[in-house]
Amino acid sequence: MTIASPIGHPQRLAPASDPVLEIKNLSVDYGYDDDPVHVLRQVSLTLGRGEVLGLAGESGCGKSTLAYAATRLLPPPGLITGGEVLFTDRSGVKTDLLRLNDTQLRASRWQDMAIVFQGAMNSLNPVYRIGRQIADGIRAHEPKTSQKEALERAAELLDLVGISPDRLRSYPHELSGGMRQRVMIAMALALDPQVLIMDEPTTALDVVMQRQIVEQIAELRDRLGFSVIFITHDVSLLIEIADRIAIMYAGEIVEDAAALDVYNKPRHPYSSALLHSFPPLRGPRRELIGIPGSPPDLSRLGGGCPFADRCAFAFDACSKVNPELVFPNVPGDDPRRSVACLRHDPAAVRAVGEVPLPVPAELSLS
Amino acid sequence: MRFFLRRLGFYLITFWAAVTINFFIPRIMPGDPVSALIAKNQGRISPDAAEALRTLFGLDENMSLWDQYVQYWNLLLHGELGTSFAYSAPVADVIAGAIPWTIGLVGIATIISFTLGTLIGSGIGWRRGTWADSLLPISTFFSAVPYFWLALIAISVFSVTLGWFPASGSYDRSLVPSFSWEFISSVIYYGTLPALTIVISSISGWILGMRNMMVTVSSEDYVTVAQAKGVSERTALFGYSARNAILPQVSSFALSLGFIVGGTLVMEIVFSYQGIGYYLFTAVAAKDYPLMQGIFLVITVAVLFANIVADFIYGVLDPRTRQEG
Ligand SMILES: Nc1ncnc2c1ncn2[C@@H]1O[C@H](COP(=O)(O)OP(=O)(O)OP(=O)(O)O)[C@@H](O)[C@H]1O
Ligand code: SF4
Ligand SMILES: [Mg+2]
Repeated sequence: MTIASPIGHPQRLAPASDPVLEIKNLSVDYGYDDDPVHVLRQVSLTLGRGEVLGLAGESGCGKSTLAYAATRLLPPPGLITGGEVLFTDRSGVKTDLLRLNDTQLRASRWQDMAIVFQGAMNSLNPVYRIGRQIADGIRAHEPKTSQKEALERAAELLDLVGISPDRLRSYPHELSGGMRQRVMIAMALALDPQVLIMDEPTTALDVVMQRQIVEQIAELRDRLGFSVIFITHDVSLLIEIADRIAIMYAGEIVEDAAALDVYNKPRHPYSSALLHSFPPLRGPRRELIGIPGSPPDLSRLGGGCPFADRCAFAFDACSKVNPELVFPNVPGDDPRRSVACLRHDPAAVRAVGEVPLPVPAELSLS
Repeated sequence: MRFFLRRLGFYLITFWAAVTINFFIPRIMPGDPVSALIAKNQGRISPDAAEALRTLFGLDENMSLWDQYVQYWNLLLHGELGTSFAYSAPVADVIAGAIPWTIGLVGIATIISFTLGTLIGSGIGWRRGTWADSLLPISTFFSAVPYFWLALIAISVFSVTLGWFPASGSYDRSLVPSFSWEFISSVIYYGTLPALTIVISSISGWILGMRNMMVTVSSEDYVTVAQAKGVSERTALFGYSARNAILPQVSSFALSLGFIVGGTLVMEIVFSYQGIGYYLFTAVAAKDYPLMQGIFLVITVAVLFANIVADFIYGVLDPRTRQEG
């Protein structure tokens, strides 16, 4: 990881002491032709062992693309154009998932890292009983396990997520949306993976069910000790469950910090705006303000900050240089947090011959 | 189980309706061709047979419609379909002699075409965007050629020019039909060319249908989940993708099975193959109404039966259809 930015900012995220998954400079294009859309641009993200990392951002910013790319499940015409996805197993051996061959990849999947997709409604094969579908995953990795044993384990897994084991013989259409979601979580936990990626696992559910499932995930995490990347566009939900939050905008990470830091003292104008567009779950009510404008067309990004059109704090330099993740320009901040905004990066502003502006008060709360 | 019983009830009603329509059609038809034919064939058909024909075609003026209807059913349920003028034999016997040929040849050809086409389609759909896609235009070309032409070209190349296969008939006429290997191999030998033309002209539909469904299904979340689970490529392909993509194929397959009995007219004419289509053709040419009526009835029953089979298979393959309500 390049810690020093070209302009001489030494600080980036201090690497988590015990990372289980490190995504480094991951880039993804959509389209094979001469003019592909660069949907992810140099995304870096580190997930510590046992940590819940929340990934938030507006619809279309590339959250799912990141999840698919990290698991190498990107559907065509998506293409990973660069980067690494380093997985560290329990004995400390690192492997780059992007460099595994098909056999190694198949062996690693589900075992090392499992994923619950956005819209679990269609994640279950409609023609098989759910028991069989859970057993399929188990037996793919443990060929010696008999179908009977696999089904017994599937029953235990269902029990774990609060579904009666006689549901093993149910077909997906016989289950409610919340139950299907739980089945998917049970399925994801089948091989005791170390990383669980959950892409909007609760979006299609009502608020009560959302709450139950989020609590269940937190409880299972405490019990089983896996790490989670929890993707959602609902930041307030993340405050409940995440240890750390990364905010994504237009295919880039714009802020990465401890959950409460993001919530109480956001450093990026977009994080701040995003927080104000959701009602808080607890604490004093605050005025809701939508974010003006809409996300940029990813196929038409210029050289400047992608957020410039909508940013209340934009200034001259913002159209000239795309900010990189740096340590916030606020004294006393947690050294592990980072933000991609020129207000915090006077060196980059000077490098293009502009005059730096100070960090506004709203972005330097303490 | 209740699902299947309900479907069965539905088909019984459909069958009843089909037979009832078959009962009314000759009664509504203007003119009276059948009486004329009975008169012409006087002496060649027995009085009993003439009586049955009168009932079947509604020529008994002094019988109430209801009585005619009851009698009609009575005859049908005893397998009495009247007497063929052209063959001077009971229609039921004529049909019984023709049906095995049609079902044997076209049935097997259709099954081969379906199985092969579906398999190839799965493969092409699974590997979409590779060289496999180039197979599509070739098979589409053959299905675009009118069957009539295809059959004639096949005959001129493989029978006339190369002399590999006989151009017509269903077995070597010097043999006596029996279950001997000699006779059976002759049937296969005579059937190869017609079967091949049917397969070639119909396979592209199966390939295309399956390929397109595979492409659709392969982007379903559950297929991605299967990949994410790390199951083998075979399981993901057959257990998840093809297993779902085949569902609409099964419905079309059943329909095409139903049409075997009626839809092979051209093939049987071109190859002078003695199946149902060939008899229908001669019946029309000879104005043999009883035989035509009988064949139509058999076609109706065949289509219905094929649908029952399809429903059953579909119900087994797709748990969602078994749901009540
Ligand atoms: N097949 C595709 N071809 C071209 N562009 C695509 C394709 N799939 C996604 N994109 C683009 O990639 C961007 C990121 O999409 P992605 O699904 O990752 O967003 P997301 O953050 O998960 O959104 P949501 O919150 O709605 O799930 C979008 O702008 C979308 O337009
Ligand atoms: S770089 Fe400029 S436009 Fe971008 S977020 Fe910071 S202030 Fe706003
Ligand atoms: Mg998404």
